[in-house]
Amino acid sequence: MKHDLVLRVIGKLLIPYILLFALYVQFHGDFGPGGGFQAGVIFAAGIVFYALIFGLENARQVMPDRLVETMLSSGVLIYAGVGLAGLFLGGNYLDYFVLDPNPVHGQHRGIFWVEAGVAITVCGVMLKIFYMFASRGRSE
Amino acid sequence: MQAQAGAGRRGRDDIEALIIDILLVLMAFTVLILVRIRHLFTVVVLSGIYSFLMATVLVALDAVDVAMTEAAVGAGVSTVLLLGALHLCKSEEARPAHKPWIPLAVSVSTAALLIYGAMGLPDFADPDAPIHHHVVPRYMQNETDVPNVVTAVLASFRGYDTLGETTVVFTAGAGVIALLRRRRKAVEKADGK
Repeated sequence: MKHDLVLRVIGKLLIPYILLFALYVQFHGDFGPGGGFQAGVIFAAGIVFYALIFGLENARQVMPDRLVETMLSSGVLIYAGVGLAGLFLGGNYLDYFVLDPNPVHGQHRGIFWVEAGVAITVCGVMLKIFYMFASRGRSE
Repeated sequence: MQAQAGAGRRGRDDIEALIIDILLVLMAFTVLILVRIRHLFTVVVLSGIYSFLMATVLVALDAVDVAMTEAAVGAGVSTVLLLGALHLCKSEEARPAHKPWIPLAVSVSTAALLIYGAMGLPDFADPDAPIHHHVVPRYMQNETDVPNVVTAVLASFRGYDTLGETTVVFTAGAGVIALLRRRRKAVEKADGK
């Protein structure tokens, strides 16, 4: 699909907004619908869209395999790390009230990092599975 | 005045119900066509359409976050993954060796059970339904001060569940890497010999 002019132009117009919308869903998740999972999936869908139009190799330059694999595991580690931080600060595992002197701010902080972890892992997994499937036909 | 507002609200609810019914009928049509068609490319595209219809139903039911997931995963990423898989195999579904009577009986009886069970459910959006009691009043007191209750429940009240879900997603990704990467190495080794 590299030579399809309409797709290229529409893709170039839309992809920044898809990625921006993913970030909006992520950081506005406290107030409106959405959250980590949705944000990660939408971000991954934007990159997959880019890969479909401009080719897998270009997408791999934007999001290298090493970065995607790091995202895959670091999201879960961030999530579990928030839990451990609660333990070290004297609360229970995944207790956000102790993360800040003001308990309500602590909740916000905990939810922010937890959602970030979910988004990073989900985005990484989606992209990794896509890369794996898309590059299979080529090597064989 | 109040009666008028009530009537207007009821009219709006009727229109919403009509929209949802139309979408559900379209989904049923899509499934019937899906069952009959053997050309796999058409099947993949039709299942993408099915997911989009489902996402629209979810928007009409005010479940926007589920709708976003359905549109992005069901209609977007999984359609692309299925097309990628289709690239590796035949594009025509093989005829089954046996008549599908047993699977048909299983699915029809499951559907009958589900419909029977659904008749015992409380009415849609009934404030007295059991799911709106139990722990929900405490969730709604909102000690986390996060306006979106869904986020508060997912990330804070039920943080352990979400940690488990994230681990499941991670495990799925790790499993795909383990399966596909080994095969690629084996192929390279075979080429080397």
